[in-house]
Amino acid sequence: MAKMTLEELRKLRQQVQGDLQKRDIEGKDSRIIIGMGTCGIAAGAKETLDGFLSALDEKKITNISVTQTGCMGLCYVEPTVEVIVPNMPTVIYGKVDKETAKKIIEEHIGAGRLVTDHIYDRPAADIIKKDGGR
Amino acid sequence: MHISLSDYLMDIVQNSFEAGSIHVAVTIEQGLEKIVCTIEDDGKGMDAHQQRSVLDPFYSEAGKHDRRRVGLGLPFLHQAVEAAGGSFVLESALGEGTTVRFSFKSDHLDTPPTGDLALALATLLAHPLAQDLVIKRQWESDGKRGGYTLDRSELLEVLGEFESSGNLLLLRQFVASQESEVPSEVR
Repeated sequence: MAKMTLEELRKLRQQVQGDLQKRDIEGKDSRIIIGMGTCGIAAGAKETLDGFLSALDEKKITNISVTQTGCMGLCYVEPTVEVIVPNMPTVIYGKVDKETAKKIIEEHIGAGRLVTDHIYDRPAADIIKKDGGR
Repeated sequence: MHISLSDYLMDIVQNSFEAGSIHVAVTIEQGLEKIVCTIEDDGKGMDAHQQRSVLDPFYSEAGKHDRRRVGLGLPFLHQAVEAAGGSFVLESALGEGTTVRFSFKSDHLDTPPTGDLALALATLLAHPLAQDLVIKRQWESDGKRGGYTLDRSELLEVLGEFESSGNLLLLRQFVASQESEVPSEVR
């Protein structure tokens, strides 16, 4: 791989943007939030992020928001990932390795089906109240 | 404990972002004998008591995580450095910022592998709390020197944002291309 310059990066960006405009915007407003606190990192969250990016790259999906957050309080099932897709329940998946990340992209994002064996939590209304549901 | 040096680095740089820093400078100097990482920020800093406490795994900054009383990032790093005969220095002034510098000897059996540094650096550049982040990666091997600099502001100007998967893929590709020039013996 040759060392890329900023100008080359700019051209690639323009190319990707052009491709995006050409086709229907699939997955718009969908969000993937990866827990990357100390617990997440120790459990391999960096590889999980890579797994999501590779799976999205494979499917040529470029417009899903992928962000990082700190510890979600579920350290025992790290790496944890929150997936927000319009018209679907918000889900927190646990023990998400590269393979599971691929499965989430194919099933949850692609087919609108939950990956039920990895669901560990989802923010219920009482949890997101001001008092934290205590 | 983390698996790789890249994971330790990611964890420690995140502390700088969470401390409200505007400028964060990360320097990674790698030679055949050792790797030295320096993380310098202008965040809220720590007083003498906090500086002593952060290496205690049963101390965590109040309010960072509701009801949680452990903080493992710096204690993990400190323990790993001690086990591998490396060095660790923490300098901080309340209201001014913090500098963490650590090193690992390349040939020590307990030195963790470098890991996927390009991915770690791309992840840090895309961190939602990162502002002015400049990463300098320098290497030296058999009298030859080289390196690259990643300036978040420059990359942000080119890509526009670091949130959409398409841009993150480009960012990952860009950083990996810079890292590919580093000789394998100092990677």
